Amino acid sequence: MNEALELLANPWIHGFVFGAVIVTALMSVTAYITWFERKFAARLHSRMGPTMVGPKGLLQPIADGLKMIQKEDIVPRDADRLLFNAAPAITLFFALAVAAVIPFSPGLLASNLDIGVLYALAVSGLMGFPVWVGAWASNNKYALFGGMRAVAQAISYEIPMVLSALVPVVLAGSLSIGQIVEYQIEHGWFAFWPPGPGIFAFVLFMLTALAEGNRIPFDIPEAESELVAGPTTEYTGIKFGLFASAEYIHSLLASALGAALFLGGWDGPFGIPVFWMLLKTCMLFVGVTWIRWTLLRFRSDQLMALCWVYLVPGALGLLLITGLYVHVRG
Amino acid sequence: MANYGTIFVLFLIAAMIALILWTLASVLGPKAPNPRKERPFECGNPPLGPVVRRVSVKFYIVALLFIVFDIETVFLYPWAVIFSELGWLGFWTMVTFVAILGLGLVYVWKKGALDWA
Repeated sequence: MNEALELLANPWIHGFVFGAVIVTALMSVTAYITWFERKFAARLHSRMGPTMVGPKGLLQPIADGLKMIQKEDIVPRDADRLLFNAAPAITLFFALAVAAVIPFSPGLLASNLDIGVLYALAVSGLMGFPVWVGAWASNNKYALFGGMRAVAQAISYEIPMVLSALVPVVLAGSLSIGQIVEYQIEHGWFAFWPPGPGIFAFVLFMLTALAEGNRIPFDIPEAESELVAGPTTEYTGIKFGLFASAEYIHSLLASALGAALFLGGWDGPFGIPVFWMLLKTCMLFVGVTWIRWTLLRFRSDQLMALCWVYLVPGALGLLLITGLYVHVRG
Repeated sequence: MANYGTIFVLFLIAAMIALILWTLASVLGPKAPNPRKERPFECGNPPLGPVVRRVSVKFYIVALLFIVFDIETVFLYPWAVIFSELGWLGFWTMVTFVAILGLGLVYVWKKGALDWA
């Protein structure tokens, strides 16, 4: 046992073990999230959801994965083959890379970066660009429109997201996610304490996370009633699957980040810390799913106005109010 | 630096997963190309007109705005970390900075650059 722990202290072996565990866990959790989302949506619609493959449709994600792998991979005639093929893989790569700094309990994370918040936001912000690359390389006008909208939305909403994530940084005085969580364990969760800025920043963060993940009510890039499937129109089989799972992983990790930055991370009244972190992440993700199946889609102009006219000035004001609070408190 | 080493390893694993899935699909999937299948998909209609058209100038404006505000957030990050050490001077400096940017945003807004309708 001690030898194993010593081995884990080596950064390369630590990275390999945690990287492999986190990546594998994320991929399989993502597969089952699709099952959960379909069941959940079905309940909201008074339907049954998947029932045929396995008990209660539990084998459905595996069947879906097998089907996607066996499908023909069609590349449009005038597409830029290299970029078209690379885009889905790069998207998934960026989505998974965010997981490196999410702490699940003290010490249980791939890499305890001092600039964890910055790293997570930077890498998840990069995710918008391979989507645009794929859309452009498809040589399809629906894909191109979708890609333009996707990148405009991703860069617009990135600003309020980054600003709202700064509120816990100002309160805790650290960019390390682990230290932010420890500060909350000592002083109370940021979503509730201090009353005011924390809860607004939390709502703002989850709202912009919805927009960054292209989920309803912000799914304008792939508005299926007008743009077929947006940036992924020309993609078939597993390449579409890579885009779709990258999107789910993105939403899941945004929920995890929200739980760590605002809801005290692994803080809980009893039991093991990992459980509380996973529970909070799941609750936030259920919220995201619930919103998706409840609300309607915004129009493009409403979306941009919401971001630049309300969210960006709001986030700036919130940050200054938080600063004022920290100074007055001393 | 060790922390960045583990991130690098995670990068490799993430890239590997994407590559494995991609290779599996290209080995297992059927290959039956035909000209109609490879045509740009437009819901069954023959493709109409050129794909790359002129792009609305609004997108460029959003990109410009993004660069301005993204650089601003880059300035805000180091400020936020050493916030409590800077004292009131640091706070009012940042209030001035944000106020100037806010004025810029109001100007852009009144000019109608944020009006997408």
